Amino acid sequence: MSKQYVVATVNGDETELLCDATQTLLDVLRDELDLTGTKEGCGTGDCGACSVTVDGVLVCSCLMLGVEAHGKSIETIEGMATGEDLHPLQQKFIDHVALQCGICTPGLLVASKALLEENPDPTEEEIRYWLAGNLCRCTGYHKVVEAVQDAAREMRG
Amino acid sequence: MRYEAPDTLEAAIGFLATDTGLSKVLAGGTDVLVQMHSDVLEPEVIVDIKKIAELRQVTSDDGSWRFGAAVTGKELMDHEAFNAAWPGVMDGVRLIGSVQVRGRATVGGNLCNASPAADSVPPMIAAGAVAALFGPDGKREVPVEDVITGPGQTCLKDGEIVVSFVLPKRPPRSGDAYLRFTPRTEMDIAVVGCGVNLTLDSDGLCIDARVSLGAVAARPLLVADAASALIGTSVDEAAMEALAAAASAACAPIDDKRGTIEYRTEVAGVLAQRAAAIALERAKS
Repeated sequence: MSKQYVVATVNGDETELLCDATQTLLDVLRDELDLTGTKEGCGTGDCGACSVTVDGVLVCSCLMLGVEAHGKSIETIEGMATGEDLHPLQQKFIDHVALQCGICTPGLLVASKALLEENPDPTEEEIRYWLAGNLCRCTGYHKVVEAVQDAAREMRG
Repeated sequence: MRYEAPDTLEAAIGFLATDTGLSKVLAGGTDVLVQMHSDVLEPEVIVDIKKIAELRQVTSDDGSWRFGAAVTGKELMDHEAFNAAWPGVMDGVRLIGSVQVRGRATVGGNLCNASPAADSVPPMIAAGAVAALFGPDGKREVPVEDVITGPGQTCLKDGEIVVSFVLPKRPPRSGDAYLRFTPRTEMDIAVVGCGVNLTLDSDGLCIDARVSLGAVAARPLLVADAASALIGTSVDEAAMEALAAAASAACAPIDDKRGTIEYRTEVAGVLAQRAAAIALERAKS
């Protein structure tokens, strides 16, 4: 199996790596770049735990090959806080206790951030539809929706 | 496994035609990667078609539309003029997977994956969309309803790919709609899907119609009898009853965890009426 040379911008940093054509972007992030904040839930695009953005578009990193990331800009959960300062969504997830085990949380945060970039003032219904591809098996969704609404309020100022 | 990302159709066909082993086209990858992951598919070469300009464009020419087979659902959803022209096609596209999946998934892939329950296929059939194919023997055009031949099976020959779709110019007073029935409103697979596309004359009589059904047979169906039930009527109650009867009569579904034969057959008639009512409303507005 031949490795392929990939250059991508990951959380703002230009990153070079060699990856196998069979590796998903999720594999590359976790196993090659040690960015283990992005989780593998189902591996079939159903649960959204592996959500990242690619050139600003929200995708499941398990449904994309690492080699496809060549020349693209990838944003993961690791790029969300600014140093020690949490993103408003991260802070509101804590304030509203919108998590329990935490496996779905990076995906929910990345997906919520993508929502607020497209729609800074979403209704509850819009939030629930947008997050339909992110499954949580312990907290449920109510606190997540509240946290997103609260963060959206704060971010609108 | 080798990964190739050619930027011309000819090069893509070249890679697909190599007889060293299984080759697979990669567009959005939302089905192909799942199949690779579960070892259903172990291709020798993956041919990523997203670098081919022709497959990534959405263009309109004198009222007709052409969009590339590798245009993503999200890109279509963000295209205001296309949404205004073909709201029923977009009803189907909007129902594919999640936001994440629509960020990658394509109508070309939804068709070539050849699920009987694919959500974008019935409205494309109702729209009268034609798939432009390219392969080792050159170009050909196939109506969308003739592409899928059975579950996971298409009429595409070895090395042939879908390049783009053409949707015809719409006469005035035309409307289309797609509805699917699922227990969950998002992230679910159709128990039944129905697309209706109709055109009215200035007196409100239906002069043209196409009706399609998904998830009720081995492949998505174009149902001529259901269209006939609408044509020549004002889409009144009697026409709606005839439509439901024709839609149910066309069903040849399977029993599975999503629905029984009896249930799917019944729901097909109800959905056809509801989709026709929305298409009618859109044709009038």
